[in-house]
Amino acid sequence: MKAIVTVIGKDQVGIIAGVCTLLAAQGVNVLDISQTIMQDYFTMIMMVDTAACRASFEELGGILDAWGREKALSIRIQREDIFEAMHRI
Amino acid sequence: MLSTNEILQTIEMLDQQHLDIRTITMGISLLDCADPDIHACAEKIYQKITRLAKHLVQTGRDIQSEFGIPIVNKRISVTPIALVAAACQAEDYTPLAVALERAAGELQVDFIGGFSALVHKGMTPSDRRLIDSLPSALAKTQHICSSINVATTRAGINMDAVALMGQRIKEIAQATADADSIGCAKLTVFANAVEDNPFMAGAFHGTGEAECVINVGVSGPGVVYHALQAAKGKPFDEVAETIKKTAFRITRMGQLVAQEAARRLGVPFGVVDLSLAPTPAVGDSVARILEEMGLEVCGTHGTTAALALLNDAVKKGGVMASSHVGGLSGAFIPVSEDEGMIAAAQAGALCLDKLEAMTCVCSVGLDMIAIPGDTPASTISAIIADEAAIGMINNKTTACRLIPVVGKGVGEEAVFGGLLGAAPIIPVHEYSSEAFVARGGRIPAPLHSLRN
Repeated sequence: MKAIVTVIGKDQVGIIAGVCTLLAAQGVNVLDISQTIMQDYFTMIMMVDTAACRASFEELGGILDAWGREKALSIRIQREDIFEAMHRI
Repeated sequence: MLSTNEILQTIEMLDQQHLDIRTITMGISLLDCADPDIHACAEKIYQKITRLAKHLVQTGRDIQSEFGIPIVNKRISVTPIALVAAACQAEDYTPLAVALERAAGELQVDFIGGFSALVHKGMTPSDRRLIDSLPSALAKTQHICSSINVATTRAGINMDAVALMGQRIKEIAQATADADSIGCAKLTVFANAVEDNPFMAGAFHGTGEAECVINVGVSGPGVVYHALQAAKGKPFDEVAETIKKTAFRITRMGQLVAQEAARRLGVPFGVVDLSLAPTPAVGDSVARILEEMGLEVCGTHGTTAALALLNDAVKKGGVMASSHVGGLSGAFIPVSEDEGMIAAAQAGALCLDKLEAMTCVCSVGLDMIAIPGDTPASTISAIIADEAAIGMINNKTTACRLIPVVGKGVGEEAVFGGLLGAAPIIPVHEYSSEAFVARGGRIPAPLHSLRN
């Protein structure tokens, strides 16, 4: 299942490395990354494949969210379908 | 591949603009629960609901977690209880409401709707018993909603039922006087009620429906409000286009959630109700959308036109986004549940007469309006009759959810809490409608031609 991970917050060292490590530890494969800095705000969007994920979707969301809170980042993971539904006919 | 902007736009709608799915409502037929013994009937109802809806709340939570969209309420609608209970040899139907309440507690759903009767042309003894049970049933339960249909375009208005409802509303207010007459907030009096509405208090599972079905109600006034800020000062053509596009996006999300919920629960998908349902939270208000169109305060001249545009554009945008649209579909204007409406009523800009005019073009009616506790029953009946007449003549659903707040008067406030919010008590006309309501009988159905 494809999902979108979004990371938004103040730029700091190690965001990509940290998120990728968490994802790898759960067996989540990263398919695409786009990242930009907008007015000091770090914004990263990753497309990932959760087919081989060891944790449930909810647990994975919890793991990312907990790490994000420590770093004052907003991290969420959502199934890709919701974005497709909203923006594609 | 989705663009960064598209993804961030969705995140912003969820994070800052209060986008949510207001409700996943499971409709359940209870026709096979009839029994001459009311306690046996109550047990059958409890067993059937708890069996069919066992996974409803968990499924809602799972979808919320996977898609990242809040699903605010999980609800159940059932066959109008007056039909189910018709075989019961009992005068008081309160035990059935209590059984529904027990099921709501067991399943952790937010509301169960369908303690209802359809009396638009006449009343069976069972309909009458249900209506007479309302004060006790609504006082003894917290999560049970009731609706009574008193008029249709095809049958006219049952003025005997209208007169009766004025009295019962007063009794319900009295029975729940210690909580600002909150019982009345759980009762809707309809004209042209729909069978697949997922929204409370008017949800019931009509007899033309399947055994079990999933209906979804979307929300999103905050998203529309935000989108309109980008169209400041532009002509109305552009306002309508902006609302349509936004409604399309919101509804697509509703459609996705509805299909997913139906699939997981193994139940057919019914409809998406394309509604702009406000909440008392700042930034989630229908009134503020109307004000964004250029009105100083909601309720001033121009409000009806603004609402007409909004209501129509929401439907036009949403209808292409969903395979089956139904329910009430449109903009809701519940006064106590909308931060902007509350402010407008407090400022004295929004009066009952203007609200009545607005209901000619919005999706429902006089909704969540607190009126003085000493309002006579006949005046309440007359307000219901006016509202039913608008629905009957205009081929649309209209409704009244009026709360005569016991012990309070104009200028005071009724507080209900949660999604029901708080409402300043607004005045009603002082002149009597007593003799009008006392006539009884039926107002005949209107002509369907010569329409001016």
